[in-house]
Amino acid sequence: MPANTEDKRPDPDALLAAFRDEESQAARGRLKIFFGATAGVGKSYAMLEAARHQRAAGIDVVVGYVELHGRPETEALLEGLEILPPMPLEHRGIALNELDLDAALQRKPRLLLVDELAHSNHPGARHPKRWQDIEELLNAGIDVYTTVNVQHLESLNDIVAQITGVAVRETVPDEVFARADEVELVDLPPDELIARLGEGKVYVPDKARQATEGFFRKGNLIALRQLALRATAERVDAAMREYRDRHAIAQPWAASERLLVCVGPDPLSARLVRSARRMAAALNAPWLAIYVETPALARLPQAARDPILATLKLAEQLGAESANLGGESVAATIMDFARQRNVSKIIVGKPARSGWRDRLKYSLVDELIRASGVIDIYVITAEPSTHTAAPARAFHRNSRWPGYVKSMAVVAAATLVCWQMSARLERTNIVMVYLLGTVLVAARFGRGPSVLAAVLSVALFDFLFVPPQYSFAVSDTQYVITFGVMLITALLISHLVAIGKRQASVARQRERRTAELYALSRELARRRSIDELAKFLCRHVAASIDGEAVVLLPDGDGNIQDPAHFCDRGRRPGNASPMRYPVPGNDLGIAQWAFDHRQKAGMATDTLASASAIYLPLNALQRCIGVLGLRPLDARQLQIPEQMHLVEALVNQAAVAMERVQLTETAREARLQIETERLRNVLLSAISHDFRTPLATIIGSASTLRDSAPGRLNDAQRATLLDTLMHEAQRMNRLIGNLLDLTRLSDGRVELRHDWIALDELIGAVLARLRDLLAQHPVTLRIADDLPLVPGDEVMIEQVLSNLLENVARHTPAAIGAEISAYVADNMLEVAIRDHGPGFAPEESARVFEKFHQLRPEGAQSGFGLGLAICKAIVEAHGGTIVAANAPGGGAEFRFRLPLVAAKALAP
Amino acid sequence: MSLNAPHTTLLLIEDDPQIQRFLATALEAHGYTLLVASTGAQGLQLTALRQPDILIVDLGLPDMSGLDVIQRVREWYAGPLLVLSARDRESDKVAALDLGADDYLTKPFGIGELLARLRVAARHLARSDDGKDQARIEIGDLSIDLASRRVVRASKDIHLTPIEYQLLTTLARHRGKVITHRQLLREVWGAAHVESPQYLRIYMRALRRKIEADPARPRYLLTEIGVGYRLVDELDFPESAKTTI
Repeated sequence: MPANTEDKRPDPDALLAAFRDEESQAARGRLKIFFGATAGVGKSYAMLEAARHQRAAGIDVVVGYVELHGRPETEALLEGLEILPPMPLEHRGIALNELDLDAALQRKPRLLLVDELAHSNHPGARHPKRWQDIEELLNAGIDVYTTVNVQHLESLNDIVAQITGVAVRETVPDEVFARADEVELVDLPPDELIARLGEGKVYVPDKARQATEGFFRKGNLIALRQLALRATAERVDAAMREYRDRHAIAQPWAASERLLVCVGPDPLSARLVRSARRMAAALNAPWLAIYVETPALARLPQAARDPILATLKLAEQLGAESANLGGESVAATIMDFARQRNVSKIIVGKPARSGWRDRLKYSLVDELIRASGVIDIYVITAEPSTHTAAPARAFHRNSRWPGYVKSMAVVAAATLVCWQMSARLERTNIVMVYLLGTVLVAARFGRGPSVLAAVLSVALFDFLFVPPQYSFAVSDTQYVITFGVMLITALLISHLVAIGKRQASVARQRERRTAELYALSRELARRRSIDELAKFLCRHVAASIDGEAVVLLPDGDGNIQDPAHFCDRGRRPGNASPMRYPVPGNDLGIAQWAFDHRQKAGMATDTLASASAIYLPLNALQRCIGVLGLRPLDARQLQIPEQMHLVEALVNQAAVAMERVQLTETAREARLQIETERLRNVLLSAISHDFRTPLATIIGSASTLRDSAPGRLNDAQRATLLDTLMHEAQRMNRLIGNLLDLTRLSDGRVELRHDWIALDELIGAVLARLRDLLAQHPVTLRIADDLPLVPGDEVMIEQVLSNLLENVARHTPAAIGAEISAYVADNMLEVAIRDHGPGFAPEESARVFEKFHQLRPEGAQSGFGLGLAICKAIVEAHGGTIVAANAPGGGAEFRFRLPLVAAKALAP
Repeated sequence: MSLNAPHTTLLLIEDDPQIQRFLATALEAHGYTLLVASTGAQGLQLTALRQPDILIVDLGLPDMSGLDVIQRVREWYAGPLLVLSARDRESDKVAALDLGADDYLTKPFGIGELLARLRVAARHLARSDDGKDQARIEIGDLSIDLASRRVVRASKDIHLTPIEYQLLTTLARHRGKVITHRQLLREVWGAAHVESPQYLRIYMRALRRKIEADPARPRYLLTEIGVGYRLVDELDFPESAKTTI
């Protein structure tokens, strides 16, 4: 059946993921965890025994760190194994030992033993947690054996705490456990364990009694053992499923599940997250943790928001993808996100009903269930919640008091107006005046004051205008309707206004963020160099987080360098001192780590959190460009998700822009190389032709002179040959000169000397030098008196004049004259060299300045076509211009202009 | 010709064998005695040993820079010193002149040019041998009377400002040789003004207008582009243009 074969084919995505895993594992070391229910079951012992077997098999085994707890059998196993010296650390005067991570990485054994996966490192170590050390070891390709107890697993943490009454602080993310290549359960029945404990094999004897009375009660041990067995079983099950996936043994593949858990400011959210993790693990499904920030929640004080962030972080550590969403309605936002991400199950906490308001409104759960459609909603019990009510109320009270006062003033004003005109006004219209007042208050000051205004209005209306006057007694029941309408109107309007305001504020905020990002990307696109981009990024980030920022870039070998000049400070110019770089050596190491691992490190991260700054890698599409170092004035800034999102967005955009610049640079270099290559080819062919021609003449003439028998050549013949020799040698000299000039000029290596040129003098000198060449071409001079001196390089400008005059000599028939004029025009000094020859062919004048362009290619008098290209390069280096055209009266004319004020290239 | 100084000994410090050969042939044909050193060290040794009348130093030597040779030889050798240099190294020429070289020749050069330079050198040699400066200098129809501070061209008195006069006499004292901008500035304006070449340009233009028949095509006061100025020694001085285009 075709459907069946279809079913049996492995899911391509799953297969791809498996390949990717295999691929990354090829380089990654293998992690084996010796897993036990509690301390004392013999994990370290089992680990050492396994290590000895490996060593016997010829594997390079090193003991990185083993906790002996004074157990002699364990110690005996250490014998003969290479032990890495621990890293001594001092903390508050106490000498401590830690795994020396760098030494281990450097030693790079095949297999490293590191006890106690859940251990928390002491301050001063690179990572706060040992499992992070191990992660780095694995990434370096080192196999690791380690041990852990069930109570240290993050997701079981609270269950263990409930069973034993002992909260364990040191936890390991379940991800680490799940990703271990092998887990070996080290199991010991509770009775045996208690016996071992009694024998003092687990703890030193006096501690043992304490232990049996507290944690090591039999009931606890049984429960923990059950947990450990179950965790192992789940893992085995997962492994089995994975195997089936890969080998397509599966039944029709179940639609993949995706879980979503919603967290809030509730302290019980952490439990919710742990439950979600367990559920996700049981379903083998990816899961998401989200927090929806409504405008009301956004107004919470920072202290109230911290637990939310902590919960989200916990979820991330447990393997969730977390997101922080903004929206007006929690339920709608959740549902939108859930549909967009193809979520199959939503987990929410069950709110405890407290106030009357909750009873009136639909709860979040109700709303979710109504909107859920095909998505399952799981409601998990949570204990009484403080929710947002308390801080929100406090907030209202603080800021709305003036609103109440003003609302009373408005009602008083309305009363005054009505009182003045009561004689002329119908009572219905008096009601209208009060209503107007109430509407104004509702629109301006919100719900509370508007309710007050409504009540006051009704009361005053009743008291002053409704008979019997000056009494609250109401003779006509109709006024009850007036009262009701006024109240409802006030509530309705204030509610509408409040919604409108809130939406406006959310929109404004969103717009501000979008605008900021847009402005940024536009700015980034304008920047043309890495330096500029780095400076810009620093300035922007420093301003938005109110601190100091620095961009650190790697050198050619990928070593992060001290920044030279990218420091910038935040928006308090008087207060903040620039980041005191060079960055402390230690921080440079952190930056290097962030760069190498393409992960953030330092303050407020999992890696080297004790640093004084956070280091964010500038991750572009293909590679990491560098690292952004950021030191906020207030470290809490880094905890605010919007801030960090903005910074990360900035960093990402800047990284992409930097990569673009780098790629452009590379492309430009490649183009330059192609151009150079082309030039080289042209040059080679030119050399082979243009050099060989004069050389042929030289060799021919010289050999004729040398080899002819005496008396064979008459004097006139000899003179002709000698003249030819001389002439051709000089031609070659000229060619070489031009080539050299052009190479130097186009390399950009040439340095213009800053000098003052008297052009009249220079023209005289050039004419003297070219006297022989120009013998056949009379030159007329028209040089203005008192020509100002021009800043520039005399030798270079001489080159221009020589080349232009040589051109005249080369391209005009004998006896055709030329004219040189020099004068000031438009605040520039202009020199025009005009001949009375044939002039340019049409369209020729535009191309004469191109390299290797020759008027008469292969002609007898051909040069390289370099002379004019050189002129152009020189004049432009002086900030001038040069043009060629046919003169009005016929003949070719070259005009060049030099600025009378030094060009930038000439400035000293 | 007496100026050819038949027994003048030259030392050529130059490593290229072809140039050595060409110069040896040409100079010996013109009556000079030529010693050849292929390295700077050998050159210094030969200078001390043989006391040549004129030194010719190539700036590109295999063992040490020609500038170093000039500097060291100038500590004890006072005779004329000629420098050979590549075309595009104006700064080297200026440095060599400032270190005490008397003149330079740009490669490639013609033998006529070299002979003219040697004649100038020989004349300076003869003059300093006399031990006294001439009171009157005549070049073509230009005459400078140092005693009475009179400058006459084509029998007409020329009125010069004090600075112009000082410029002219400085050049005249070293006539035939190149004087760098720095040297001129130092001698005329003083050490404080060596970095102000624009003065020199302006005064030189003024001076030319007074002593040259056609200031745009000077015959007495020549410009050595990028290096300095030269007051010709003899009016029919063969122009460098012949060989160094």
